[in-house]
Amino acid sequence: MTLPTPEVTPLNEAYWAGLAAGELRFQHCPHCGHRWLPARRECPACLREGAAWEKAAGTGQVISWVVYHTAYHDAFRDRLPYNVAIVELDEGPRLITNILAPHESIAAGMRVRLEVQSDFGVNLPRFAPVGAA
Amino acid sequence: MMRGKFVIAGVGHTAFGTLPGRSTVSLNVEACRRALEDAGIEKRAVDGVFVKTPTSAREILYGQTLSEALGLQPRIGIALDQGGAANMSGIAFACLAIEAGMCEVALVCYADNPRSGSRATYARPRGDDAAFGWFSTAAGYAMIHRRHVAEHGTPEAAFGAVAVAARRHGAANPNAQLRKPLTLDGYVAAAPLVAPLRRDDCALISDGAAALVVMSARRARELGVKAAVPILGMGQAHTSWEVTQRPCLTSTRAKDAARDAFAMAGLGPADIQVAQIYDCFTITVLMTLEDYGFCPPGQAEGFVREGRIEHGGDLPLNTAGGLLSETGMPGLQLVIEAVRQVRGTATLQVPGVRHALVSNQGGTMHTHATLILGG
Repeated sequence: MTLPTPEVTPLNEAYWAGLAAGELRFQHCPHCGHRWLPARRECPACLREGAAWEKAAGTGQVISWVVYHTAYHDAFRDRLPYNVAIVELDEGPRLITNILAPHESIAAGMRVRLEVQSDFGVNLPRFAPVGAA
Repeated sequence: MMRGKFVIAGVGHTAFGTLPGRSTVSLNVEACRRALEDAGIEKRAVDGVFVKTPTSAREILYGQTLSEALGLQPRIGIALDQGGAANMSGIAFACLAIEAGMCEVALVCYADNPRSGSRATYARPRGDDAAFGWFSTAAGYAMIHRRHVAEHGTPEAAFGAVAVAARRHGAANPNAQLRKPLTLDGYVAAAPLVAPLRRDDCALISDGAAALVVMSARRARELGVKAAVPILGMGQAHTSWEVTQRPCLTSTRAKDAARDAFAMAGLGPADIQVAQIYDCFTITVLMTLEDYGFCPPGQAEGFVREGRIEHGGDLPLNTAGGLLSETGMPGLQLVIEAVRQVRGTATLQVPGVRHALVSNQGGTMHTHATLILGG
């Protein structure tokens, strides 16, 4: 059973191309400096167009996390229990991800570092605790 | 001045639970018929239809499909989409339309059949993030629940107390879908669903419908309505941002909805004798109590312990069982219970109710509306 596949569109193709190259990118607005994810055509702060893509340093912190004990999709059935987390990058944007650590060790504010992993042929941005091997 | 100018003239609902073979339109019609009977008015008096879109199956022109089934060609007929806040927003928009002279008598209603129909909405993939396993309505609330625990050290007994109170109240309600009481030990013993959420933190999945008749107090007198309940305060405000993106997870614009409703009513939290707080998940009740000013941020855990929110306590909550026990229907059952409490006809009647408060909210705390009823 394959994972649900992200839909690559002209709007987000630079995001997925970045991950294919092993880096996480976010958008920033050349007019007002606002930075965000996921991809949008207009800056949600000043509403202007022309957003540019920028490479994230790859460090951030855990805002919250959950642990699934039930699968809502067959692809995740044999991964139970698995976690899903919100991570805030040091540059500001937030994203949904998985934390590569035992569930009991995850904590709000925990420092994490990007680890791009291939899953069924798609590179996904996951995060491991800073200092973990 | 809106305070007391409009009333809920009648309320009605279907059975709650599993109602196979019924369309949402059919369920809505039954609830509307009962609400009109309760108000004691003829259908021909109705010239406004404000219906919340069914959660599990969206249809275009739903307000018109329902109006046709009701045999009405209303001056205002509209379907509202704010998730669970749409019911009480519908009441507010009906009052505004009546105030403006654009209609006189409105039906505000909702129906859904996810229990015998499709539950896919609740298990849905959350966009491209489904690749990480990010699915379901429950998981969004689990994120908020976890962050509240992380920021405030909220003990599991606080979440349990909310579920235990709802289930105690539901057990006394002959119309409730789930009448099995729950103990704190039973709450803690249940397996996690999406941790930290356990089974009893989560709303029921229910078929059913509910409806209200809204009109001016003056029109209610002209029509001879016997048990009209005045609307004292209304507010709404919307956090709107997806849970992933909102800067704060543990407080919402519920705060602003309540501030506006209290200001309109000229009341504060201390003036409320009974509250119906939207309990799709237990975390919602704790955060709403904090955002409404019933207790300071992070202090709801102390507020809900020791039976204070149960019938007989300082502030009985969800006295018919709420979404956790009466029916998982998103919100109108709470308004109906508040109407019963003000009328003095509730099964678990709270003595001396002068002011009853209701919260409705939708999405993953994306939307919020507040209503204060009283004599």
